[in-house]
Amino acid sequence: MRIAPKYTQRIAIALLGGATLLTLLVLLFIILFVLEKGLPAVTWQFLSQAPRDMGRSGGIFPVIVGTFLLPLLAIAIALPLGVGTAVYLTEYTRETRLTRVIRFGTDCLAGIPSIIFGLFGFIFFVVILGFGWSLLSGGLTLALMILPTIIRTTEEAIRAVPNTFREVSFSLGATRWETVLHVVLPNALPGIATGIMLSLGRSIGETAAVIFTAGSALRMPTSVYDSVRTMAVHFYLLAREGISNENAYGTAAVLILAVLGVNLTAYWIMNRFVGRHT
Amino acid sequence: MTASTQTKVDVQAFNLHYGAFHALKNISIKFVDRKITALIGPSGCGKSTLLRCLNRMNDLIPTVRTEGRILLDGRNIYGSDIDVCDLRKKVGMVFQRPNPFPLSVRDNVSFGLRVAGQSDPAQVDAVVERSLRAAWLWDALSDKLDEPALELPLDQQQRLCVARLLAIEPEVILMDEPCSALDPIATSRIEELMLDLRRQYTIVIVTHNMQQAARISDFSGYMLLGDLIEYDVTKTLFTSPRDPRTQDYISGRYG
Ligand SMILES: Nc1ncnc2c1ncn2[C@@H]1O[C@H](COP(=O)(O)OP(=O)(O)OP(=O)(O)O)[C@@H](O)[C@H]1O
Ligand SMILES: [Mg+2]
Repeated sequence: MRIAPKYTQRIAIALLGGATLLTLLVLLFIILFVLEKGLPAVTWQFLSQAPRDMGRSGGIFPVIVGTFLLPLLAIAIALPLGVGTAVYLTEYTRETRLTRVIRFGTDCLAGIPSIIFGLFGFIFFVVILGFGWSLLSGGLTLALMILPTIIRTTEEAIRAVPNTFREVSFSLGATRWETVLHVVLPNALPGIATGIMLSLGRSIGETAAVIFTAGSALRMPTSVYDSVRTMAVHFYLLAREGISNENAYGTAAVLILAVLGVNLTAYWIMNRFVGRHT
Repeated sequence: MTASTQTKVDVQAFNLHYGAFHALKNISIKFVDRKITALIGPSGCGKSTLLRCLNRMNDLIPTVRTEGRILLDGRNIYGSDIDVCDLRKKVGMVFQRPNPFPLSVRDNVSFGLRVAGQSDPAQVDAVVERSLRAAWLWDALSDKLDEPALELPLDQQQRLCVARLLAIEPEVILMDEPCSALDPIATSRIEELMLDLRRQYTIVIVTHNMQQAARISDFSGYMLLGDLIEYDVTKTLFTSPRDPRTQDYISGRYG
């Protein structure tokens, strides 16, 4: 029996709509589940105090600090490298086999599981370079991990800058570098900012790459050579070692809110600035 | 200002190829100092190409090959001792479509200063005012300096592009169909501005509009398929052209 087109259309809409709805519901369920179990533990003391007794009691303040310091350090390292690479690939070279190889390489880098980065970071930064479990080792490892994102988003943002802007700049006697500095990068800035926020979102929740490289010290770090613990690692250890389920979920709730905050900011930046000039 | 007949830009036996395509064929033409020269001719004859040779914007196209010399004040701009960026500061360009940057009026005009590292606000303000006055925009925009340039009407945008250029103190101004995106009233404003600028600058304008060439230019060159067919005082070229092909083009358009 054939079904009339009118009905297949309706069925398609129902199925696709249902899939979308299911996705949203699952997402919502996860968030609500974590918040429901975790929020009761989240008090001002929890946010502002140091952990005591391995995290069984006390707060997570140094962990929150570590969670933000590590990605910020990673971005501070990856941003100049990534933007530099993207500018080089887009403004200084023509499309050749070499640029395609470089691009393929960065894409491959983006597909590597984070635990491999963790192992590499452990062997290279922690052991061979002797940085130990530290902010520095963790920051460098995360920097490698987010580098492809920064390069890609910056490349896209630079490509979206209209060519006439460059022409005008050259016609006014600007060099290529001056054009990059005064025309290309300012106009690509919103796109680059989006890339930064995406990287921040990814590295804030990162566990595998961090636990091998930044360690899990609960003290407040005083230098880049100090070990730090991030919220994701803290949650993992609290839950796995059965130290405190209550504080584990509290940490997870704070982490989820932080990631949501970062992503909302990213969207806000995109909507606010991207496409306004085009 | 006295009427001078000094040559500012001297194009000598100049050829340009886009890959295998011969776009400029042995062009020789002298652009006179502080005069307006119009380049006319049918679409695709090489007017823009010739214009963009004068500030070496064609260098940006990878397939381009050139032969011959172009002298600016007697110096070959295709010589090995030339800094292309310095050249482009002397020989500036106004494009077909108004193309201000998505910045404020002030930041557009002061673009050249920023690139040159000039950040003294008093200095910048002085240059912005001088340039906007020279482009006849000061009265309209003196209280809108911080507004986005892209929200101005098109003819003000085009004059803003002129102001942005004047701010870097060029000697020659190249204009590639600067009025083609504008309505007749806006066009006549730009034309008056050009006549005013002629007192200080050498102007070369590409135009499809022969009335415009006749109205504002002192000299005209007629191009066809990469050749410069005829070059003369505008009045002569329009009233008694020597070459029958020029005659055809002029009468055909007016016909
Ligand atoms: N980048 C390029 N690569 C190859 N050929 C080109 C390029 N730019 C222009 N040409 C060719 O060179 C010839 C001259 O082009 P040009 O733009 O100088 O003509 P034009 O006289 O300015 O025409 P129009 O009045 O349409 O603006 C044309 O045949 C054009 O197709
Ligand atoms: Mg043209």
